[in-house]
Amino acid sequence: MSKRTVIPFGPQHPVLPEPIHLDLVIEDETVVEAIPSIGYIHRGLEKLVDKNEWPEMVYVIERICGICSFGHGWGYCKTIEGNLGVSVPPRAEYLRTILHELGRMHSHLLWLGCLADGFGFESLFMHSWRLRETVLDLFEETTGGRVIFSICKVGGMRKDIPNEMLKKMEETLRGIEGELHELADVFLDDDTVKSRLVGVGVLTKEEAFELGAVGPMARASGVNNDVRLDGHGVYGEIGFEPCLEETGDSYARCKVRIREVFQSIDLIAKCVSMIPDGDVAIEIKGQNPAGEFVGRIEQPRGEAYYYSKGSGQKFLDRIRVRTPTNANVPPLVKILQGCELADVPILVLTIDPCISCTER
Amino acid sequence: MAAITKSPWIIHYDGSSCNGCDIEVLACLTPMYDVERFGIINTGNPKHADILLITGAVNAQNIPVVRQIYDQMPSPKIVVAIGVCAANGGVFKECYNIAGGVDRVIPVDVYVHGCAARPESIIDGVVKGLGVLAEKQAALASGETDPDVSGAYLFDPVSYAEKGDIENGDAEGAKDRSEAEEEAAK
Ligand code: SF4
Repeated sequence: MSKRTVIPFGPQHPVLPEPIHLDLVIEDETVVEAIPSIGYIHRGLEKLVDKNEWPEMVYVIERICGICSFGHGWGYCKTIEGNLGVSVPPRAEYLRTILHELGRMHSHLLWLGCLADGFGFESLFMHSWRLRETVLDLFEETTGGRVIFSICKVGGMRKDIPNEMLKKMEETLRGIEGELHELADVFLDDDTVKSRLVGVGVLTKEEAFELGAVGPMARASGVNNDVRLDGHGVYGEIGFEPCLEETGDSYARCKVRIREVFQSIDLIAKCVSMIPDGDVAIEIKGQNPAGEFVGRIEQPRGEAYYYSKGSGQKFLDRIRVRTPTNANVPPLVKILQGCELADVPILVLTIDPCISCTER
Repeated sequence: MAAITKSPWIIHYDGSSCNGCDIEVLACLTPMYDVERFGIINTGNPKHADILLITGAVNAQNIPVVRQIYDQMPSPKIVVAIGVCAANGGVFKECYNIAGGVDRVIPVDVYVHGCAARPESIIDGVVKGLGVLAEKQAALASGETDPDVSGAYLFDPVSYAEKGDIENGDAEGAKDRSEAEEEAAK
């Protein structure tokens, strides 16, 4: 047996935009153990419920993470609406679903770019992010923000998005579909890319289930736990089939996300064709959340869980968020065991870590 | 030595932010905004960098890391604080373990406004920073001692919390910073 060495990885690291620290115990070039330590982005914003009244809290919750900010806003609104026992108008639900799927596209394209950067394919990184700008432009046109939107509020949406704009959104997305296919072909068919992804970091179906993987990480191993299946938003009405893969390696995780990008375009198109007219918000007056409620959302990275507890006051007692990356850290530690040192950045990237979600 | 101001190398660090400003920093590097056409190159190594782009309000655990990165950068160097929460804590101002702004931890030269900051204003901030960088370079060349060490900014989060700084003295400090931020925005 050769000598064991510990290599610190992070917190400041070129491949990850966010700080996370891993202690990698290696033997020769093989990782035998990976010990994560986190806490560099903990802000403690669940505690801010003491300082912000519940209608304002949505702006804080949105800033848990700038990548899936719309989903966080929606998740919070969902748990408060459940707590108050109100339901939002159908048009608002459709708009939320559309923006959430747009957010998924933006998040997955961002991830594809980071992955390409991770294995040193700079031009692929640039192309992914170039296409992502189209999605961000759509966000800016419809909500006014590029990454933080503040358009979701408890009871519905802050403003309506006109039907013509939605039509145009669909056309724009259909317009970039061809380019997205070209991009997908490079990720899925290029030999150099495949040599970095196929068979690397395999997570079997049983392991994924036992370790509680969520989102694309679980779906790449064949575990079907997409929360969208419970029909939140309008997923029940428009019909939805999750993208599943079987092999559980990095390639499968990449493939799930690429398929989801195209699926999001289809889902948005369906929503745009079915969206009813009407109000986008209900008025909530003189009511405060009392009691407990749990809301779940399928974020781009997997299932996120929002718990709220109120006692009939302007300030909530407690907000608790469990984010998908948190659930995906144990599977990450598992796939890191026995991998090559050079594969570590790629494997860390394939769970699509969002540290600011995890630590809040 | 014009190389530094004509082709500055940047390093980006996330000092407890929400990610929103970080992805906008990365967006600056990509084809839509493409700062590389100005000779700006992103590096992962503090020892190669002239400009530190930092986001976030810096939590207690991150303070030593931020200082370390800053001290490893060779002089002359500048720091560009990106986003409202890097300026004064922003939406996280009242969180319990937040230093409340990058300038409590290391010296900051330029503040970029916005939550999230737009790529255009980030680029503008970096360009403003180049002026500061040239000045610092001239000062160093004329034999002045290097003012940029993080030691002068020793900030102790524990005593900060104990003193109740947030309620008392801090409001003024925050105003100063937001004024500076407005100036940077102009
Ligand atoms: S300024 Fe706003 S968008 Fe930027 S990191 Fe801070 S909270 Fe996020």
